[in-house]
Amino acid sequence: MPAEPPIDTPRHLFEAYELLAAGPIRPIAGGTDVMVQITGELGPIPERMLDLSRIDALRGIALEADGLVLGAATTYTEIRRSALCREHLPALVEAAATIGAAQIQNRGTLGGNIANASPAGDTLPILLAADATILVGGQRGERQLAAAEFFTGYRQTALAPDELILQVRFPLRPGRELRFRKVGTRRAQAISKVVLAIAWRDLGAPGWADVRVALGSVAPTPIRAAVTEAVLEGARPTPAVADLAAETLADELAPIDDVRSTAEYRRTVAARVLHRLLRDAGGW
Amino acid sequence: MPTRTLTPPTETVERALIVDPGQRVPGRARAYPLRREGPAKLTGAAKYTDDLVFPGAWYGATIRSTEAHARLLAIEPDPDADWSKVVIVTAADIPGHNVVASIKDDQPILVPVGGEIQHHAEPVALLAAPDRETLRQLKGRIRLVTEQLPAVFDPEVSAHVFAQYEIKDGDLEAGFGEAELVLEGSYRVGHQEQLYIENQAIIAVPAEGGGIEIHGSMQCPYYVHNALKRALQMDNVQARVIQEETGGGFGGKEEYPSMVALHASLLALKCRRPVRMIYDRHEDISATTKRHPAVIRHRTGVKRDGTIVAQDIQIVMDGGAYCTLTPVVLSRGALHAGGPYRCPNVRIRARATRTNTPPNGAFRGFGAPQVEFAVETHLNRIAEALELSPAEIRRCNAYDEGDRTPTGQVLRDSVAAHEALEQAVAASHFERFRAMTAAEAKARRGSGTIPEEPYRTGASRTARGIGLALGWHGAGFTGAGEVHLASVASVELTADGRIRVLTAQTEMGQGTKTIFPQLIARELGVPVDWVEYPSQDTAEVPNSGPTVASRTAMVVGGLCIKAARRLKAEVEGRNGGLPFHEVFRDDAASHGATRIDERFEPFPGEPFDEERYRGDAYPAFGWAAAVATVQVDLDTGEVSVQDVIAVDEVGTVIHPILCEGQVEGGTLQAVGYATIEEMKVEDGRYVNDRLATYLIPTALDAPHIRSILVEAPYPHVPHGAKGVGELPMDVGAPAVVAAIHDATGTWITELPATPERILAALAASSPEAAA
Repeated sequence: MPAEPPIDTPRHLFEAYELLAAGPIRPIAGGTDVMVQITGELGPIPERMLDLSRIDALRGIALEADGLVLGAATTYTEIRRSALCREHLPALVEAAATIGAAQIQNRGTLGGNIANASPAGDTLPILLAADATILVGGQRGERQLAAAEFFTGYRQTALAPDELILQVRFPLRPGRELRFRKVGTRRAQAISKVVLAIAWRDLGAPGWADVRVALGSVAPTPIRAAVTEAVLEGARPTPAVADLAAETLADELAPIDDVRSTAEYRRTVAARVLHRLLRDAGGW
Repeated sequence: MPTRTLTPPTETVERALIVDPGQRVPGRARAYPLRREGPAKLTGAAKYTDDLVFPGAWYGATIRSTEAHARLLAIEPDPDADWSKVVIVTAADIPGHNVVASIKDDQPILVPVGGEIQHHAEPVALLAAPDRETLRQLKGRIRLVTEQLPAVFDPEVSAHVFAQYEIKDGDLEAGFGEAELVLEGSYRVGHQEQLYIENQAIIAVPAEGGGIEIHGSMQCPYYVHNALKRALQMDNVQARVIQEETGGGFGGKEEYPSMVALHASLLALKCRRPVRMIYDRHEDISATTKRHPAVIRHRTGVKRDGTIVAQDIQIVMDGGAYCTLTPVVLSRGALHAGGPYRCPNVRIRARATRTNTPPNGAFRGFGAPQVEFAVETHLNRIAEALELSPAEIRRCNAYDEGDRTPTGQVLRDSVAAHEALEQAVAASHFERFRAMTAAEAKARRGSGTIPEEPYRTGASRTARGIGLALGWHGAGFTGAGEVHLASVASVELTADGRIRVLTAQTEMGQGTKTIFPQLIARELGVPVDWVEYPSQDTAEVPNSGPTVASRTAMVVGGLCIKAARRLKAEVEGRNGGLPFHEVFRDDAASHGATRIDERFEPFPGEPFDEERYRGDAYPAFGWAAAVATVQVDLDTGEVSVQDVIAVDEVGTVIHPILCEGQVEGGTLQAVGYATIEEMKVEDGRYVNDRLATYLIPTALDAPHIRSILVEAPYPHVPHGAKGVGELPMDVGAPAVVAAIHDATGTWITELPATPERILAALAASSPEAAA
């Protein structure tokens, strides 16, 4: 294993901001991605590292007026155990439960999953489907970014080098339903082949409103399937709608073959997972 | 079909559990001795190779090729780097033969300049440094100058043949002439990684007088010993090999540790210090041996009642870049290819060829899991074509005592194919479950809930299925192997009154250290804790052969028992016939040490003719059956293996808990082989050469496994044991694939049966695709 880079462990955000501004420095929270990159020699070793684990401002789960707010350093285990998450965002709890194994869930954080920006990040489609916003900050101030604008390219984000992810805010909208499904190679410790989240609001109107269909592992970034969303917007989950939505999704996606699966499998399975979720929602 | 009386399952299980009552004292599990090294492993006190401290030791690394096939023109250390604090070893530093001693002398320890690189992870140079950081930095600064050569990746195309065999019996043409149905099928299996928990690890320590002492993780200290003697021109004493606590082997530490030990030794001799050569997982997966991929073609003639009348089988195995143990793996594959079924007219043609991929080698089952997947799947397809139950077609064909195998071997004793089959069928309620899954499948079809469009789902998301496989596994070495080995094992009463069992049989988790003292204690009538099992150090123990081929309990266990009996007789004879346990301490005090060396004597039977492939290929066979139940997600093709009934006939059970452990572990390894373990190869390189990408089942993926041990003792060893390690590996995969077929109606003929392959097969067999 390579030599350990020097590590700074600030207790306050302003200290972290100063260190970031002085850069280059690599933030590390749970380390479940960074450590794999270092020990696997998958790229250059960071010159310095910024340990975020002692900054209390990055922790905590709170219910605020307009939504559920999770500190960036919230671990998957904390999400799984949180009564607030279980009540208001059970799909996120479900996603957290599929990540890695218990040890990874104890260390890995929501903010880390976002910053790592893997197309296979299991929580990311939930963020997209739930219209989450990501609060980032640095010495230059704080700003809110929509999750949908955050992932700009393969492992690229809108985060500036001198910024940290501070919080994730999930708006809680009346009547919203959110479903999640991950397809991996095995039941634990598996990176997904396809991950899909769907959200809609059923306000008693003739059709669904605010439909979101978000996917992971089918594109260079986590994505929303806008054409499929349009098919479902204002519609109800009837067999005909489900068939059309699934076919639309299959057309809309352009996944690739890689070490985990094939493009054909991903396309078919993404469509069928959507079809199944619509079938379940429609109760037919 | 003749009627047969069957032992009810419960009775056999009971019988299995009372083979050896052991001793009922506190600290014993179910009245059997605790695993000897268990407490140290459980508490973390056990020292594996990487835990050992050798002051002043340097760290070693291997510089490997990155090309599949090339000529090595030069090895160029970067002139701008500081090489003064490290040592570099190339082929020019090898004092003796530049070969890793094995069956053929074709694999170099390091590719010499001017020589050919045969695979992408081939060792070319070695580097040792006082610290890991220097090693890491300099490792990247040695450039290999090469000239690329055309590479071969397809074993069916390769013209370089490592081994080929033909087994013929009866009249094939007449057999097919008599057949009422002829079915052909082609089956493929890929690489499988052993994935022992502890990576390859060797520490080489220079010794007085120009010798070398090896401490490491390995199955076969004498293989390493032999390799050192050849390459380093050392004698039996100068080369000394000590096995340390070993975290799993599964065949992966049969031949490869010789390579690691040679590398560590060359560095240690050059830098005159201990050198630690500890692989990380990435290097271990990318460079070390795997299970041989194979393509197996069957053409089988049967009567309408299911009787097999002709079998024409062709096997092509991918040996990888060097021969290693390939001829023996292929031989076992050829000898097991027909399955445990009588057939008067047989032709089995087998060949193994070279490809420019890392060499393949030993892995639990050793050629048998590949061919038994093929023959069992093929037989299940025949049963389907004849509308026979998979159990019925096996009843009709499975070997009985007195039947002849394709090599002309008459199965004289310890034949339990039917017993294994019936136990599995009964314990799983096979026919009832099958009727239920058939009704469920009919209901799914009847309600039109099978998706006809590729992007739709059916009303039922999942389908259940059940599958059966029967298998056999030749006990001990193939053919004349044991005769060539001429193993020696010893039991010693030391001058200070200690009882020691001396063998080269290693503990790698399977229980050697526990069962040998148990067997000897029983012979001598002393408590098991009084019997010592010294470590596997070539300076201490005789060469009782390698710890492979499930031979430890049967062959070496038998030698130890015979030695113990002779020791007992000698000591009792000197002491007026008083029982050994009363007199051995006094005898040692007055008479001094007594050591009995027992040498292997050939088993009775028709000697195996290696030229013609006729005669007794094995002294006996173990028999196994597996019934798997699965749930398949019809949307995604994901398979959940829910239950496996694993019936294994092992001769006699020595330690039921360890034996069941072997059955459960082997079954899970077979489930992984069947479902998810897939080595993806691109241009001769393993693409998924990390634990993040080469996946094996986790605890959550493991089925509930019920092991049923059956005993048909082999009469020509004193304890009747035939070995257990490999048996369960042979039958798990075809049982799972049969269950997937039962659930989905589609046959997967290539392992692993991944969701991708299952969905592709379903799409190809859908009514739409057919139309």
